[in-house]
Amino acid sequence: MESTIVKSVNYNAYFGDNHVVKDVNIEIPRNTTIAVMGPSGCGKTTFLRGINRMHELIPGATAKGQILLNGEDVMEMHPIFVRLKIGMVFQRPNPFPNLSIYDNVIAGYKLNGIKLPKAERDNIVQHSLTRVALWNEVKDSLTKKGSFLSGGQQQRLCIARAVAMEPEVLLFDEPTSALDPISTSTVEELFHELKKNYTLIIVTHNMQQAARVSDRTAFFYMGELVEFDDTKTMFTNPKDIRTQNYITGRFS
Amino acid sequence: MSVAIKYRIGKSTAFKTLVIVLSLACVVPLLFILVYILQAGITKINWNFLTNLPKPVGESGGGIANALVGTMIIVGTASIIAIPFGILCGIYLSENKNSKLAYWSRLCIDILQGIPSIVIGIVAYFWLVKPLNSFSSLSGSMALAIMMLPIVVRSTEETLLLLPDSLREAAYALGMPFHRVILKVIVPCGISGIMSGVMLSVARITGETAPLLFTAFGNPYLTTDITKPMQSLPLLIFNYATSPYNDWHDLAWGASCILLIWVLLLNIFTKLITRKWKVQL
Amino acid sequence: METSVDKELSPARVKTGAGFSSKKTPDTVSTNKRLKRSHRQIRAENIFRRTIMIVAVATVVLVVGIMITLAWQSRLSIQSAGLGFLWGKVWDPVRDIFGVYPFLLGTLLTSFLALIISVPFSFAVALFLGEYFPKGWMPDLLKNLVELIAAVPSVIYGFWGLAVLVPIVRSFETAIGVNAVGLGIFSSSLILAIMIIPYAASLGRSMIQMVPANLKEAAYSLGATRWEVIRMVILPYTKSGLFAGVMLSLGRALGETMAVTMVIGNTSLIPKNIFSPGNTMASVIANEFTEADHPVYLSALIELGLVLFVVTVVINMIGKRLIKGVSK
Repeated sequence: MESTIVKSVNYNAYFGDNHVVKDVNIEIPRNTTIAVMGPSGCGKTTFLRGINRMHELIPGATAKGQILLNGEDVMEMHPIFVRLKIGMVFQRPNPFPNLSIYDNVIAGYKLNGIKLPKAERDNIVQHSLTRVALWNEVKDSLTKKGSFLSGGQQQRLCIARAVAMEPEVLLFDEPTSALDPISTSTVEELFHELKKNYTLIIVTHNMQQAARVSDRTAFFYMGELVEFDDTKTMFTNPKDIRTQNYITGRFS
Repeated sequence: MSVAIKYRIGKSTAFKTLVIVLSLACVVPLLFILVYILQAGITKINWNFLTNLPKPVGESGGGIANALVGTMIIVGTASIIAIPFGILCGIYLSENKNSKLAYWSRLCIDILQGIPSIVIGIVAYFWLVKPLNSFSSLSGSMALAIMMLPIVVRSTEETLLLLPDSLREAAYALGMPFHRVILKVIVPCGISGIMSGVMLSVARITGETAPLLFTAFGNPYLTTDITKPMQSLPLLIFNYATSPYNDWHDLAWGASCILLIWVLLLNIFTKLITRKWKVQL
Repeated sequence: METSVDKELSPARVKTGAGFSSKKTPDTVSTNKRLKRSHRQIRAENIFRRTIMIVAVATVVLVVGIMITLAWQSRLSIQSAGLGFLWGKVWDPVRDIFGVYPFLLGTLLTSFLALIISVPFSFAVALFLGEYFPKGWMPDLLKNLVELIAAVPSVIYGFWGLAVLVPIVRSFETAIGVNAVGLGIFSSSLILAIMIIPYAASLGRSMIQMVPANLKEAAYSLGATRWEVIRMVILPYTKSGLFAGVMLSLGRALGETMAVTMVIGNTSLIPKNIFSPGNTMASVIANEFTEADHPVYLSALIELGLVLFVVTVVINMIGKRLIKGVSK
C-alpha cells in the first residue's frame, strides 16, 4: 500500500551563483517519516524549502528541475496552491504575535479570508490542538495571545496551525533545535501520531533524532543527496563512505 | 600630581554642570511659550467663540467656527490622500529593499522631506489653483498631503523592516497570497509604529501655515465647498496676529490656544497608542 | 493512488494545475472552497503588487514634477535676469528689477545666527540624554519636552515672538543704542534658534548612544575623566553624526517661513547689521506671492523658491548621506 507522494527530479537550487542543492533525485512514499540530515550548509534546509517553494522568497534564490507532488510539478503550480497542500513548521516557533491561540490555529483560514461557520471553526481548532497534544493545556486560555506560551507549546501551536489546513505533506525545518529536551521529546512523540495522516519530512541536525523518529533517512553532503535508505539500514550499514564518516562522527 | 588630577576632575565636573544647565535652559522658552499661550488664550474660549463667525473690525466678540470647520476639512482631505498612499509606498520600500525603484523612491522621499513648506505651496498653486482658476481648500489639502507623505512613508517602512522574517515565512507557509501576508499579518503587527507616524504627521500639518497662504487662502465666512477658498486655524492666527486690531488679536490668541492643545493632545495620544498597541514579538 | 488514511481526515486529492476539478464529496468541500478562493487571491495578489509599485513610481513622478514645475514657471525670470538675479542688490517690482541679494543675505544671516545660538544647547541636550542620564523619568521628560519644541506650529512661535519677544528685543536694542525696531534679523534668529534645537539634539543623542561601551571603558580604565572620555572618545566617534544633525537643523532654518515672516520686519533693503529689519527668501515669497501682479514678478518669486528648494535639498542630502555613512 505504498505510493510516492513527493518526488524530485534533477532538482537544483541556487543563491545567486552559489549552487547549494545539486541534482537531487528522491522519491518519498506516502505516510512515512523522512529524516533529512547532513552537516551545516549541506543544502538540506534549502531542499526542504524548495519543496513548498519557500526557497524562492529569498532575494536572489532560484531553482531548476522538478518537484512532483502526486505527479504534478509544483514548480508549474502557483506557490499558494503548493503551500496549501504542503504545510511547514520552522526552526523557531513563530506564532502570529497579534493573534490569540484560537486564531493562530485557524490562521490559515482566517487570514486567507475563508469564511467558515463557527461550529466548523471550533471543530478545526479543537481537532488540531488535540492532534498536537496541546488541547488540554490551552483549552481554557484560547483567547490569550500565542506568544505567552512556552517555547515547546508555541512550536506545537505552530504544528497545529499547519495541521489545521489539512495538508498532505508536513515539512519540519529543525523543529526542535530551539527547544529544551523535554519539549523536544513531546514534539518527537507527535511525529509518531502525525505519521498516520500525513507524510512528514524532517530536517534535523541531530542524528539520534533522525534515528528515533524516522522510517527513512536521507543524507545530504555538499549539496548532493548521498544516500537515501531505511533509517535502520542507514545507521547500521551505510553504503557510502561519506555517510559512514558522518554517522561515526568523523566530520560534521 | 594630585593638583593635576584635581584640576582634571574639576574640569569634568564643570563640563557636566554646563551640560545640565544648558539642557534645562532649552526647556525654559518652551514652557514660557506654552504657559503664555494657554493663559492668553484660555480666557477667550467659550461656546460663542467656537460656534460664531468672526465679527468685522470694531465689533467685539465673534468666533472662529469657520476656521475650525475649515481646518478639519483641509486636514481630513489631506489625510485621506496621504495616509493610504504613504502606507502603500512604505510597504513597497520594505518589501523590495534592494530594487532600483526603491532606491529612487527613497531618494525622492528624502528630497520631499527637505522641501520647505512654502515651496510646496507654490507647486500646489500651479497644479490646482491656476487650472481651476480659484483658490481652494482642495489645493491646500494637496500641499499638506505632500508634506505628510514622507513622514508616513518613513515610519511605515522603518516599522515593517523591524519585523522578523519568520513572521512573513509563517504566513507564506500557510499558502497566503502576498497581499494578505502584508495586510493581515505584517501591517497589523506593525500597527503601533505606523499609527504613530500617521498621528505625528497629522499633528504636523495641522499647524502648517505657509503652504496654505496661496492655496486655501482663507475666508471670513463658513464654507464646506472644497473647491472654494477656506479658512483654517493657522491662517487665521497669521492674518489676525499681524493685524493691528486688539479684538482680532484676541481671536488669534484663542485660536492659538486651541491649535496648541490639539497638537499637544495628538502628541500625548501618540505616545499612549504606541505603548498600548505595541505587538509583543 | 489509494491510501489507508482515515477518510475523514484525509485531505482532498484535487488537481490544481490548469483547470482544477475534484470529486464533490462532503469532506472535500472545505478544501475546494479554499482552492477556488485561491484563484481569486492570485489575481488580487497581482493587483496589489502592481498597486504598491505604481505608488512607488508616483513618489518619483511627484518629485520630478515639483522640480519641473518650479523650473518651468521661473523661466521668464531666468531669461530676463540670468545669474545677475542672485547678485542684484535691488528688489523693485514696480520697476521690474529683481535682485535677491538682500534676501539671500537675510536668509544666511538668520539661519547661521540661529545655528550658532542653538548648537550649544542641542549638543548639551544630546550629551545629557545620550551620555550623562540615558534613563529615568527626568531625562524622559526632557526628551519629550524637547520633541515638543518641534511639534509647536511655527505660526504660534511667530505670534508669541511678535507679542513677547519683539518688545524685549526692542528694549535691549534701546539699551545698547542701536536703531530700536524690535522686528528684525536678531529676533528672527532667536525664534529660529529655539525652533531648531530638537533636530540636532535628537540625532546627536542617538549617535552618542551608538558609541560602543568597550571604547569608553577602555578610556576609563586608563584613568580618563568623564570630560576626557567625551572629548577623546565620544566626540571623535560621533562627529560626522553631530555634523549631520547641524545640517538638518540648518535645512530647517533656511526653509522656515511663518515665524520668520512675522518677526523679521519685511523690508527689501539690504540689512545693515543683525538688528536691522530684513527679509528671507521664504518670507518674501510668503508676503508677495499673492500680490505679484505681472508675470515676471511672479516668475521671479518662483525662481526664489527654486533657489530655496535647491539649497535646502542639497543641505538635507548632505545630512542624510552623513547619517547613512555613520549607521553603516
